[in-house]
Amino acid sequence: MSATKALDAKAAISPAGSPQQSSPTLLQRLKKIFSAGPVMPGESYGAPGRGKSAAISLVTASALLLLWFVTTTAGWIDPMFLPSPVAVLARFWEVLTEGFANATLLEHTGWSMMRVFGAFALALVTAVPIGILMGVNRVARGLFDPIIEFYRPLPPLAYLPLVIIWLGIGEVSKVVLIYMSIFAPMALSARAGVRSVAIEQIHAAYSMGASRWQVIRHIILKSALPEILTGMRIGIGFGWTTLVAAEMVAAQAGLGFMVLNAAEFLVTDVVIMGIVVIGIIAYLFDMLMRYAERKLVPWKGK
Amino acid sequence: MSRLQIHDVSVVYPGINGGEQVRALSDINFTIEPGEFVVALGASGCGKTTLLSLMAGFISPTEGYLTLGDSQIDGLPRVACGVDLADQIDGPGKERGVVFQKHALLPWLNVIENTEFGLKLQGVGKAERRQRAASFLKLVGLEDFHRHPVYQLSGGMQQRVGIARALTNDPKMLLLDEPLGALDALTREVLQELLLDVWKETQKMMFFITHSVEEALFMASRLIIMSPRPGRITHEFELDFNERFLECRDARKVKSMPEFIEMREQVLSIIHGDEAAGGLH
Ligand SMILES: Nc1ncnc2c1ncn2[C@@H]1O[C@H](COP(=O)(O)OP(=O)(O)OP(=O)(O)O)[C@@H](O)[C@H]1O
Ligand SMILES: [Mg+2]
Repeated sequence: MSATKALDAKAAISPAGSPQQSSPTLLQRLKKIFSAGPVMPGESYGAPGRGKSAAISLVTASALLLLWFVTTTAGWIDPMFLPSPVAVLARFWEVLTEGFANATLLEHTGWSMMRVFGAFALALVTAVPIGILMGVNRVARGLFDPIIEFYRPLPPLAYLPLVIIWLGIGEVSKVVLIYMSIFAPMALSARAGVRSVAIEQIHAAYSMGASRWQVIRHIILKSALPEILTGMRIGIGFGWTTLVAAEMVAAQAGLGFMVLNAAEFLVTDVVIMGIVVIGIIAYLFDMLMRYAERKLVPWKGK
Repeated sequence: MSRLQIHDVSVVYPGINGGEQVRALSDINFTIEPGEFVVALGASGCGKTTLLSLMAGFISPTEGYLTLGDSQIDGLPRVACGVDLADQIDGPGKERGVVFQKHALLPWLNVIENTEFGLKLQGVGKAERRQRAASFLKLVGLEDFHRHPVYQLSGGMQQRVGIARALTNDPKMLLLDEPLGALDALTREVLQELLLDVWKETQKMMFFITHSVEEALFMASRLIIMSPRPGRITHEFELDFNERFLECRDARKVKSMPEFIEMREQVLSIIHGDEAAGGLH
């Protein structure tokens, strides 16, 4: 309210204030974006972040691309710092067909995906059960909690040397490093999911004659599912983050290796191309996970 | 069938973060006989839900004990963190069905799956449990909502699913925590009569919590009135308006009888007296 008043006062003082009166001012528009606003049936007044954002995201992405294109083709930036999109595309094709650092793009991608998704699958079958166990059993919680809480905040680069000393420089140590970075967030999410179950639902099941095992299976696991899926999304993100660190040591192929190798020789277009490929794969997988969330846990947040 | 007895029970909730302890129930002695319909009435926070949780076996008393027939029902070990599934003796059981005040339906199951859930746990075949669940859903007026997700139902409809679910499981004793609180007047009357019919037919023991004086008088064969801080049972009345209804099938007539109105005034004055004396916060 007071903001509008101040604005009116300004408009009155300014002699050229007529266009401000006819069309809404910037401030008014901003206020509209951040106010609760009217709602459609099925939506809720005042729900945080209500409304669609896809169009805005598309505009942001296109603007950034355009900016990249204009600044580089105009020659304002040295291609060694930032090559043009065209150069990156050309390089993409070249690496796809002829390869870079003794492997084609598909081989690099294949190796990296095998490492990340292999570690992810391993974490899925170990971290989720352990997280659930930590939620339902105090012995398991006491056992695993200090271990996970201690190593979780450490950067993977810090324990990479140790992993190499213990497991060598082969494929195992790479997968283990990625696995460790995925394990903690996934286990903690599963545990938080177990803790989020409504006690009334557990009571209801017991009052209908459920055994303890039935309560875990039919109530606790179901309740924990949304958070387990969130944990999977967070976990795979950590996996991609750790990939480059894992491929720093004695890798023959892999997207992280390719980027590092290209950086050493200042082949900037390969660096950017590698980053974009990693980004796209990670994004596609995230979309897949969100789709799975909508299908598997439609009650989430209800 | 066997009676449920509460022996010298007190419940003290520990203070949260060093706060003051809450004496939710104090020296309760109380018996529910087979075939009785007991209604508990009292101001918010006087310990009605706590009393029900004791009977259901969800909490253990701080002092005293509970028995159902010859067996002691000790309840879950106190659950501080919410879901610490420590070993338990007796505790809740399928002979004591519960209709909860809120939050107890399972959002990953639709209406009929929620209703048949108890039978599924007990290994009843799908065709039979579907049929039994459907018949109770029809009784509560939800026959057209079998496949609806429960989180898209209104509060009153969710409560009706809760009632149908408890009835489908066919317990010996039914514990109902404000089961009709969120319903409109008409549906409320229909379900009051439905519960009385079920009671008459099956002779289940009923423990029913409500805030409505009229509902309490209409449903109860015994009415207990509770008062807060500490939660106690202050008055008990033997009533027979439910029997009168079951004879004449005319709820309006029963509720306008002079005895009913007189009783209502008496109960209201007790409650208002309590509130004046205890003082609402
Ligand atoms: N888990 C708990 N921890 C601590 N205090 C509790 C807990 N549950 C209930 N209390 C306290 O015990 C007292 C009785 O609560 P209870 O839920 O039994 O009341 P009620 O009669 O069911 O009220 P309402 O009619 O509002 O449902 C209240 O003062 C409440 O604050
Ligand atoms: Mg209550």
